[in-house]
Amino acid sequence: MATRQTRTLARFMMAPSVLLLLVWMIVPLAMTLWFSFQNYNLLNPANVSWAGFFNYQYFYTDPAFFQAIWNTLLIVGGVLLITVVGGTFLALLLDQPMFGQGIVRILVISPFFVMPPVAALIWKNMIMHPGYGVFASITRFFGGTPIDWFAQYPLFSIILIVAWQWLPFATLIFLTSLQSLDGEQKEAAEMDGAGLVARFWYLTLPHMSRAITVVILIQTIFLLGVYAEILVTTNGGPGYASTNLPFLIYRTALLNYDVGGASAGGVIAIILANIVALFIMRAVGKNLDR
Amino acid sequence: MLRRNDESMLTSRLSFEHLPKAEAIARSPFKGGYQMTLKSLMLGACSTLALASVAQAQSTTLTIATVNNGDMIRMQSLTDDFTSKNPDIQLQWVTLEENVLRERVTTDIATKGGQYDVMTIGNYEVPIWAKQGWLLPLDNLGDNYKVDDLLPSIRSGLTYEGKLYAAPFYGESAMIMYRTDLFEKAGLTMPEDPSWEFIADAARKITDRDNNISGICLRGKAGWGENMAFLTALTNSFGGRWFDENWQPQFDQPEWKEALQFYVDLMKDAGPSGASSNGFNENLTLFQQGQCGMWMDATVAASFVSDPDNSTVADKVGYAIFPSKEGVDNNGNWLWSWNLAVPAGSSKAEAAQKFIAWATSQEYTELVADKEGWAAVPPGTRTSLYENEEYLKEPFAQPTLNAIQAANITEPSVKPVPYTGGQFVAIPEFQGLGTTVGQLFSAALAGQSSVDDALAQAQQVSVREMTRAGYIK
Amino acid sequence: MARAASTSQKIAWTVVAWAVAFVIFFPILYTVITSFKTEPEAIAGINLIPSGTLKSYIDVQTQRDYWRPFTNSVIISLGSTLLALLIAVPAAWSMAFSPTRRTKDILMWMLSTKMMPAAAVLVPIYLLFRDFGLLDSRIGLTLMLTLINLPIVVWMLYTYFREIPGEILEAARMDGASLWNEIIHVLTPMAVPGIASTMLLNIILAWNEAFWTIRLTTTNAAPLTAFIASFSSPQGLFWAKLSAASTMAIAPILIMGWFSQRQLVRGLTFGAVK
Repeated sequence: MATRQTRTLARFMMAPSVLLLLVWMIVPLAMTLWFSFQNYNLLNPANVSWAGFFNYQYFYTDPAFFQAIWNTLLIVGGVLLITVVGGTFLALLLDQPMFGQGIVRILVISPFFVMPPVAALIWKNMIMHPGYGVFASITRFFGGTPIDWFAQYPLFSIILIVAWQWLPFATLIFLTSLQSLDGEQKEAAEMDGAGLVARFWYLTLPHMSRAITVVILIQTIFLLGVYAEILVTTNGGPGYASTNLPFLIYRTALLNYDVGGASAGGVIAIILANIVALFIMRAVGKNLDR
Repeated sequence: MLRRNDESMLTSRLSFEHLPKAEAIARSPFKGGYQMTLKSLMLGACSTLALASVAQAQSTTLTIATVNNGDMIRMQSLTDDFTSKNPDIQLQWVTLEENVLRERVTTDIATKGGQYDVMTIGNYEVPIWAKQGWLLPLDNLGDNYKVDDLLPSIRSGLTYEGKLYAAPFYGESAMIMYRTDLFEKAGLTMPEDPSWEFIADAARKITDRDNNISGICLRGKAGWGENMAFLTALTNSFGGRWFDENWQPQFDQPEWKEALQFYVDLMKDAGPSGASSNGFNENLTLFQQGQCGMWMDATVAASFVSDPDNSTVADKVGYAIFPSKEGVDNNGNWLWSWNLAVPAGSSKAEAAQKFIAWATSQEYTELVADKEGWAAVPPGTRTSLYENEEYLKEPFAQPTLNAIQAANITEPSVKPVPYTGGQFVAIPEFQGLGTTVGQLFSAALAGQSSVDDALAQAQQVSVREMTRAGYIK
Repeated sequence: MARAASTSQKIAWTVVAWAVAFVIFFPILYTVITSFKTEPEAIAGINLIPSGTLKSYIDVQTQRDYWRPFTNSVIISLGSTLLALLIAVPAAWSMAFSPTRRTKDILMWMLSTKMMPAAAVLVPIYLLFRDFGLLDSRIGLTLMLTLINLPIVVWMLYTYFREIPGEILEAARMDGASLWNEIIHVLTPMAVPGIASTMLLNIILAWNEAFWTIRLTTTNAAPLTAFIASFSSPQGLFWAKLSAASTMAIAPILIMGWFSQRQLVRGLTFGAVK
């Protein structure tokens, strides 16, 4: 069906968005690259000079650098683990017959609509606060000492908050996928005497693989850039325990106002993000083409 | 409220006054905005530029960036007084949380974005920005503006090369707030000039874990304006300093070790749980709820802890000067003020200075006192306020004045230093460096690293940062 | 037969599901409850029954007018979504129906533009916005959000359009339908659910974007994210006020999400149901 005419038309229709994205990608990227080779501190604009690779070297030798990369990956991995596993169970649960299914579904997807800084504020002040938080009240009720979440398990706390926000997204997509599963196949499997676990493992899970891929891909893109939650809750601390790469760049850009350094960090982050994306595409991308 | 909103819509910078029916569009915020988006889609970005330049109306609209603390919010509700006296000036407010505000105004002034006509900045920024030539000297505040009435220690922090670059809205130092009832119960009396040794001893005595009372509450949350403000002042009072005369960081010196160890030990024995996430506000809440025996923090807190509406301990609070180590004549030298300044090159400088003169005047304090009582007056900027008998009836008035007068930010430590600033170091690099060091020290407080490790790492990052910035040759 | 669950089973699932849903929804619920408490009440430990005071809402509204940021949020998220759709629909369409060897690469590349850390490009963007006079304008912010979300929009639409069988097009063409007719009468009805859910998702993402919306605005264009930023840590007790402000900021999008969740679900498949 791809005649020459339609193909020309196709190019023509694609052009605006590709062009826009190209400009959007190229202009800031070019500026970022340019600044990354400059000594440019916003607070000292008189002192702009060529820096060579010094900004990269400086960013890379930051004592927090390797931990930041590790934390970035931990956040991505941790949240993915929780949302994929949790989302699968939630989707299976919501797929069961029950009363008030619509309302349950609404309640479950609600966290997705909460803006990240608000979510972080809610969790920090109302839920995990060691003095007034709900967790602390529950712990005290059972006679325990409240846990100071952001001091003792800073990274875990952040993963928990972010996972709470993304769980609905995974659940929704898995649920749609589940509901498209052929009822007859399920019944056939049941008749063959396949148990609950076997049915899930050999029938449901393969069917959902594509949905899982999509969730991993989309979430990874967003999770690599998590920083608002960190800024609101731990400010990257204690120590560097919850500093990830975006937060490190944030600190360089908006506390040090070191435009050169932040630009170098940005370039490094883009490279890292592409490596992660490549890795994920290798690992799960083939599911997309089926 | 609604009326002001409508007015500012009318005078919004991107108004479409030359378009037909522009007024009708602008009057209804929702419809106006919607039309604007549609129109803009059709007109494209180029014509936007043209439109933006058309829009200067005959009256001046000042965009004022402020921090979201109580005094500033109160000022916003009292601006009718200003606008009725100056009908040709309209005010638009941008209220933001402190860190976001600082980020926004710094980006804007450094890139000459021109988004703000009046900025609220700290005494940390003033000398740095003035040196860059980013601020307009305030030489047109009017004949009635009593410049000499400003408290000398505050004023000197806002003066660069003999010119005033910002006018103080309120000022603060740090002092001890303590619970008189708990002190009495433990048989303690707060001395005139308390030493840290006494404080540590008292804090441990007062601590009553069963009744959820911590002997002492101090800042622990990482940040140059959070835990590092306190820890810098603490170290000053221990005889330490951030840098020596050659800008060499001093974290490897005994004073820092002693001060940090003291802080970590004391907080472990007598501090509240979760101390490493507590900033000013968290501690304020704890104190108001009666969960702290002592609290050393900004003097401005006094008006909150003594406010019976929000504080359960309002009538049981005593005040004393910031402690010092025995044998060291230094009370921390904490000095902060929130100030109003005008960016250089502002086209509305005259109106902006008029507003600043109003907001920082003696008359404004009287206006607040008249409407909300003397306790609500922004403290710490004018000598005349502390000569006012009515104001001196407030129990915290005299201690606040004493604390501010005792602070000397040009000589923060007993040892010589190359910088100014009491609880901060007035160099551009301090925000980033202070926050990094703050992270390391909050880890020490949370027990995730030892004091020695935290100090060694702090020394390392400081040397690195200062070498990069060209201080260490 | 086997699918017809017994009532007792159904009740059991209901109890489990409601319990889980309650736990997940609890932070939001608790925020709403707290917003109706007085400040001292708000920090007095778990208490699910508030005194019902509206003081926090009144305080919030007096301190900062809600309606202007609300209006801005609506305009910016709707505007950027419509603009993004306008650009993305043709692109996704041609990618889905006339794919070339590079289509996949272009898609992946588009997605990778989303990985640029915002803080690193703030200064370049701020300088650009300043030079074009776009700072604190709804137009500028709308453009910004359009560009940020465009990759996701293109990708979602692409995966959705790909589900539309090509044979239908062929059949229509046999009947002598012109290209325009083909698009209007044959394809559009099939594509509407996908476009609708893309639109909803994009509105949500735009509404919740909290980096650029705060950094590129001052007063005229400031949306609800900036509204929240003025309540996050002032002096004194602020739990109830913060809860009220948060409730006000998330309520519109939450309600929209609740009403449209069916549409949202239908297209959120990212082609994942195949």
